[in-house]
Amino acid sequence: MASIKAIINGKSITAESGMTILQAARANGIHIPTLCDHPALSPFGACRICLVEAEKNPKLLTSCTTPITEGMIVHTNTPRVIEARKAVLELILVRHPLECFSCASNGKCELQDVAYELGVKDSRFADPGDTNTSHKLEDANPFYVRDLNKCILCGRCVRVCEEHAIYHAIDFQGRGIHTSIQPPVGSPIEESDCVFCGQCVQVCPVGALFEKTAAGQGRPWDLEKVKTVCSYCGVGCELEVNVNKKTGKIANVTTNYSSPTALNKGRSCVKGRFAWQFVHSEDRLTTPLIREGDTFRKASWDEALSLVAEKLGEVKTKHGSDALGFFSSARCTNEENYLMQRLAREVMGTNNVDHCAHL
Amino acid sequence: MTEEKKKIRSLDDLRKIKEKTGDLTSARSEVDKVKVIIGMGTCGIAAGAREIMNAVLKELEVRNLHNVAVETTGCIGMCQNEPLLDVIRPGEPRITYCAVTPPDVSRIVSEHIVNGRIVQDKLYGRAD
Amino acid sequence: MALYRAHVLICHGTGCASGGAPKVLEAFKEELAKKGLEKEILVIATGCHGMCEFGPIVVVYPEGTFYSQVKPSDVAEIVEEHLYKGRIVTRLLYKEPLSAQKVCHYKDIPFYGKQHRIVLSNCGYINPDNIDEYISRDGYQALGKCLVEMTPAAVIDEMKKSGLRGRGGGGFPTGMKWGFCAASPGDKKYVICNADEGDPGAFMDRSILEGDPHAVIEGMMIGGYAMGADEGYIYCRAEYPLAIKRLQTAIKNATEYGLLGEDILGTGFNFTLHIKEGAGAFVCGEETALMASIEGQRGMPRARPPFPAVKGLWGKPTNINNVETWANVPRIIVQGAECFAAMGTEKSKGTKVFALTGKVKNTGLVEVPMGITIREIVFEIGGGIIGDKKFKAVQIGGPSGGCLVDEHLDLAVDYESLTAAGAIMGSGGLVVLDEGNCMVDTAKFFLEFTQRESCGKCVPCREGTKKMLDILTRITEGKGVPEDIDRLLYLGNQIKDASLCALGGTAPNPVLTTLKYFRHEYEAHIFDKKCPAGVCQSLLRYSINTEKCIGCTKCARNCPVSCISGKVKEPHVIDQDKCIKCGACMDNCPVGAVVKG
Repeated sequence: MASIKAIINGKSITAESGMTILQAARANGIHIPTLCDHPALSPFGACRICLVEAEKNPKLLTSCTTPITEGMIVHTNTPRVIEARKAVLELILVRHPLECFSCASNGKCELQDVAYELGVKDSRFADPGDTNTSHKLEDANPFYVRDLNKCILCGRCVRVCEEHAIYHAIDFQGRGIHTSIQPPVGSPIEESDCVFCGQCVQVCPVGALFEKTAAGQGRPWDLEKVKTVCSYCGVGCELEVNVNKKTGKIANVTTNYSSPTALNKGRSCVKGRFAWQFVHSEDRLTTPLIREGDTFRKASWDEALSLVAEKLGEVKTKHGSDALGFFSSARCTNEENYLMQRLAREVMGTNNVDHCAHL
Repeated sequence: MTEEKKKIRSLDDLRKIKEKTGDLTSARSEVDKVKVIIGMGTCGIAAGAREIMNAVLKELEVRNLHNVAVETTGCIGMCQNEPLLDVIRPGEPRITYCAVTPPDVSRIVSEHIVNGRIVQDKLYGRAD
Repeated sequence: MALYRAHVLICHGTGCASGGAPKVLEAFKEELAKKGLEKEILVIATGCHGMCEFGPIVVVYPEGTFYSQVKPSDVAEIVEEHLYKGRIVTRLLYKEPLSAQKVCHYKDIPFYGKQHRIVLSNCGYINPDNIDEYISRDGYQALGKCLVEMTPAAVIDEMKKSGLRGRGGGGFPTGMKWGFCAASPGDKKYVICNADEGDPGAFMDRSILEGDPHAVIEGMMIGGYAMGADEGYIYCRAEYPLAIKRLQTAIKNATEYGLLGEDILGTGFNFTLHIKEGAGAFVCGEETALMASIEGQRGMPRARPPFPAVKGLWGKPTNINNVETWANVPRIIVQGAECFAAMGTEKSKGTKVFALTGKVKNTGLVEVPMGITIREIVFEIGGGIIGDKKFKAVQIGGPSGGCLVDEHLDLAVDYESLTAAGAIMGSGGLVVLDEGNCMVDTAKFFLEFTQRESCGKCVPCREGTKKMLDILTRITEGKGVPEDIDRLLYLGNQIKDASLCALGGTAPNPVLTTLKYFRHEYEAHIFDKKCPAGVCQSLLRYSINTEKCIGCTKCARNCPVSCISGKVKEPHVIDQDKCIKCGACMDNCPVGAVVKG
């Protein structure tokens, strides 16, 4: 890839051809605030927070959509740029409810971050009655809540649904001030093509979309990310389980769009993201159990595995290898299933191998 | 005009159609036209101006003349000389013929309109 | 082919058609048949003449007699008197508002005198549904010339030489735009005609499509040949059913002739053309939103680059021009670039079609050479202000444009001069305002429109125009505060600077220019709580002059909310708290005792 030389804020930088100004700046450790931009999504150019100035160009440019070109001289912090960002931010804040205290996104809200960075507390242009109240809270499904009064129309949810979930269950509707993100006209989200994979919730920069299951489970600063593999099926999606350091309990599950080890590349299904409550279930098995008469007793893995090996050996000697059958699970990974059939064929000497997905 | 649905296969075809369709809008053009004006007052009609009109139109069609505007006008007060027929060639004076009969029409068209020679025996005079 | 001695042209543009033109046409056919003249006189439905206010319009050739406001009941008289006996029906002639004289000939009407009809030359002159009439007027000769005698590069050169610039508003040089698309690599390219004309009051493109659809088609084909595109789309708003019908007929006829399709004129050039009906979103006139809409996506603009010439419709190199631009193309090729470039100013060549509306005597569609002054348009073509009131301003360029005032009357109209004065050429809407127009109210009207039509994608346009509209609304309601003017200026400039597309980027123009030239009107609303033009209802106050009032009780009897009291033959009084400012008292007072202010 050809490399490009340019200057950002007086600093000479190199960037790869095809990079946007924003990507080039980030690659060179220069911060530009953004709202609608998300590294996993196509550039959108809607929020106008990332505006910068480029010499010889009379217009302000959105750094998220404008390709950087050879010799370009970019300024990301001129008074004109700062003023434009403030104006845009204050226009967003005209209608956005300032109820951060109770908001599920408090602490991870990107609107909060940008306001903090620009030193904006509230909007110069807000008049009494301007705050959005027209949308009803939508919480009919068990997974996530839509509070469109808080929506800043950055379009991340629309893009992630189209580009990653490939469902296009939601899009912009209406015009002007009545624009909102909706499933097809007139139907609630529950009757749309939405499969509740929750990717929209994860990319929402504000508190317009939030997990019902995460309510009260911990503020962002209480949480520790634990990288794991989803146990629901053989795909092996990489998940981040966010555990509350104070309670030791899961608050919610997210994914990492930029993880080099994740084959799901940030995607997840409804089960992986929302159905983790079994982890803390009272009824959950935590050790192997050995049956004795009509009851089970707790055992160590060593004891349990030795028992299994012994019993399998007995059957094989008494009745021959083909008296045994090996049956594995669709919830195991390919590798695990592969290893099990090798155990069956090479160690136990039988081809009786099957799998629960046949049922 | 159904027979004209024939495909245009070349620029020449297109030019031919243009020639053929030239008179479609020629009546609307106001430049370089010979004007024929027929008196259509009550007197003119009574004296046979309609027949003169028909004869003029037929003659122009037969001769494939597109550059002639045929207009009508009302009585100009010389009722005893009707039917009156005026010819104005571009840049030439308005010539009035009187007591025109259908057989005169073809002479007026071929002599005056096409060749610019005034038909002396039907001439009444210059109207302007 | 039979020779028709006279042609009766009946305008069937949207204006005249809704005024009853089809019935007039039927009446002509009937009357001519009665007189046995049907073989002698041809009756044709044409496109628009531009003087829609005086429709239905009937023009009789060869004389070129211009009849206005013709009713079916007038037809028998025209046939009997004019077509049969040769006597013009003077009572139906167009009456010139300036001199109050009847004008007989089309070419003598002052409205047309200053015009220079190139793009509109066929509108109102030919039958748009008859391809032969178009061909008889040099139609498709330009295409033939390009395909047979010119290389694609030569066609683009010719366009560059002509100096033609985009007539949709932006004014980008057409030849250069074509050059970009031609140079863009790709074996599949598209050309698009933007017929999503949406400015309030503008109907230039509609008239061209209705009156001369083949010119647009031919222009697109020439563009297709020059840029290497074999497929085109005409994106026409669904609110133009007649234009769409005429286009469909034109495409059908051209296809039957083999002028559209494969191996056109035996040259190996292929071209197919589709019509895509838009659902009426103003923003779909923006080229990236337009392409999204053709693709079946929501019509929302996207950031450029990449420009359509590189990545357009379905990701392929695409060129978009508007109707008027495409319609200019065949004329430039036939008459030569030099001929076109001879008209206009140094940087703006050719003519521009404007939709002249508002408080002028002659409203309608006018095509004028670039460089004409606003004075000529308003006072000569437009015939001056209705009721000879005082001229106040012209709003040029619709909701994206701005207003120009007295001092600009002698401004030569071209792209640069208009932009320098704070307006834009736009697509050609030209609204004339007089002393009875409130400039705050006018600015509010346009901002209501842009806010309603904002696609909602970018913050400055969606939120900013709403806030500006809120401020304007409270000013017109008498609730404005002194800081509001500075707020409007600040927001207006920020929205211009930060918006994604031209809709938002130009939306504040009506506010900013009215603030520049009529700040005192804003101040009167804010500080004096008065609307100098007497337009803003909340600031109106009706009262009764007790010295003039004769106590006839007429006002009280006509007041719909019974807020006027008083005894017979004694002066009456209006209860200001109850008054709804409907003006019924003023309309009914026989002695002019009710005053507004």
